[in-house]
Amino acid sequence: MPMCSRKCGKNAVLKRPKTGDALCKECFFEVFENEIHFTITRANLFKPGSTVAIGASGGKDSTVLAYVLKLLNEKYKYGLKLVLLSIDEGITGYRDDSLKTVEQNRDDYEMELKVLSYKDLYGWTMDEIVKQIGRKNNCTFCGVFRRQALDRGAMQLNVDYLSTGHNADDIAETVLMNILRGDLARLKRCTSIITDSGDGIPRVKPLKYTYEKEIVMYAYFRKLVYFSTECVFAPNAYRGHARILLKDLEKIDPSVIMNIIQSGESLVINEDRKLPSLTKCQKCAYVSSQQICKACILLEGLNRGLPKLGIGKSSRVNKLITENNRQNNCCNDNCNKNCTNLVKNNV
Amino acid sequence: MNNNAYNINIFSGGAELLFDNKRHYNIDLPNKDTWKLGDLLIWLRDNLLSERPELFIQNNSVRPGILVLVNDSDWELMVSSDLWYLICSLCQILCKYAPCP
Ligand SMILES: [Zn+2]
Ligand SMILES: [Zn+2]
Ligand SMILES: [Zn+2]
Repeated sequence: MPMCSRKCGKNAVLKRPKTGDALCKECFFEVFENEIHFTITRANLFKPGSTVAIGASGGKDSTVLAYVLKLLNEKYKYGLKLVLLSIDEGITGYRDDSLKTVEQNRDDYEMELKVLSYKDLYGWTMDEIVKQIGRKNNCTFCGVFRRQALDRGAMQLNVDYLSTGHNADDIAETVLMNILRGDLARLKRCTSIITDSGDGIPRVKPLKYTYEKEIVMYAYFRKLVYFSTECVFAPNAYRGHARILLKDLEKIDPSVIMNIIQSGESLVINEDRKLPSLTKCQKCAYVSSQQICKACILLEGLNRGLPKLGIGKSSRVNKLITENNRQNNCCNDNCNKNCTNLVKNNV
Repeated sequence: MNNNAYNINIFSGGAELLFDNKRHYNIDLPNKDTWKLGDLLIWLRDNLLSERPELFIQNNSVRPGILVLVNDSDWELMVSSDLWYLICSLCQILCKYAPCP
């Protein structure tokens, strides 16, 4: 068994993918936590005295994020108030266990917890959405709704930052996806450690440079309780391919992850290309790059019985909406329900 | 004591889905001079895996994203991309799978 590369005299327990070093448990904890601390301080991520919501799914990433933020906040006196924010999508048998895990996090880390449901936010549970749309496309829904749900929840909690557990593998995967799709606006934004969505609450990703393997190992060696958050629905096929490609490349050379992130960071997008600027959604007033945000388009589709609306291109969506407007002169039961919801959620 | 007794933990994280949703197995391997980790993984695939073997082993190694620990240590320390590490008996084998976030 190899010895720890830091010459502390102990046996190594893992090989770090990021550096290839063999480390013992204690040295691994130290470098793992210090790197996150370094990421936070170098980017000046948090102002002292702020309240930070941690988007908590009960999964490995957010559990490790909550644990490490608490530890660093105490050790280095960031002066932050940390709260957990969790979303209940309304998927039978899926959140029950993971919400229990989040509640465990709440007790273990002594943080306040706020749980918001899709039903509260959108008037639909994920189960009801799947009934309408089938299982194939639902990750579009859960992705879009989940993203907004966290932002809206952060607003309700009146916090200064929203931090999420996106890790280095996730970010590299998103860079690849955006290149494959030619989505320059997202490509430009997706590697930022802090994204300012207009007048929204800044989203921060303290685990941006942390490899997924190290997160799993850290959670295991620290004996953190987490829940497997693999989405019960088949992941979006496209993202699935990007993930497999990335994991295969990582196997050949783990540094591809960092290389992709660094390439994303140093990309300069030709400004002649039209990038959509952020405005406010006309329906829900939430920050959006379109006149009507993706969540509202998807909801519109659901409420009108056109659930495929919003999965394709936005030009097609607008056409469908206009066509459909001509057909129904609004205000059936569904629409009323939705209108009330949109007013209620107009934060 | 049986030399070929192994303690297999399929750790939460998704890998248990491949193993009939069971997290723990005590197994007795057939007698053979040396059991190497590679042999064991193949044996697991052929004998314990309840579904979709291609999600566990691919191209003669575990699928990217599946982490293997032997007696609480990362197997990558031992194998350096080569499956054929000699294992002791009474090993604790732990397979962790890092699924979609
Ligand atoms: Zn050490
Ligand atoms: Zn999903
Ligand atoms: Zn909207």
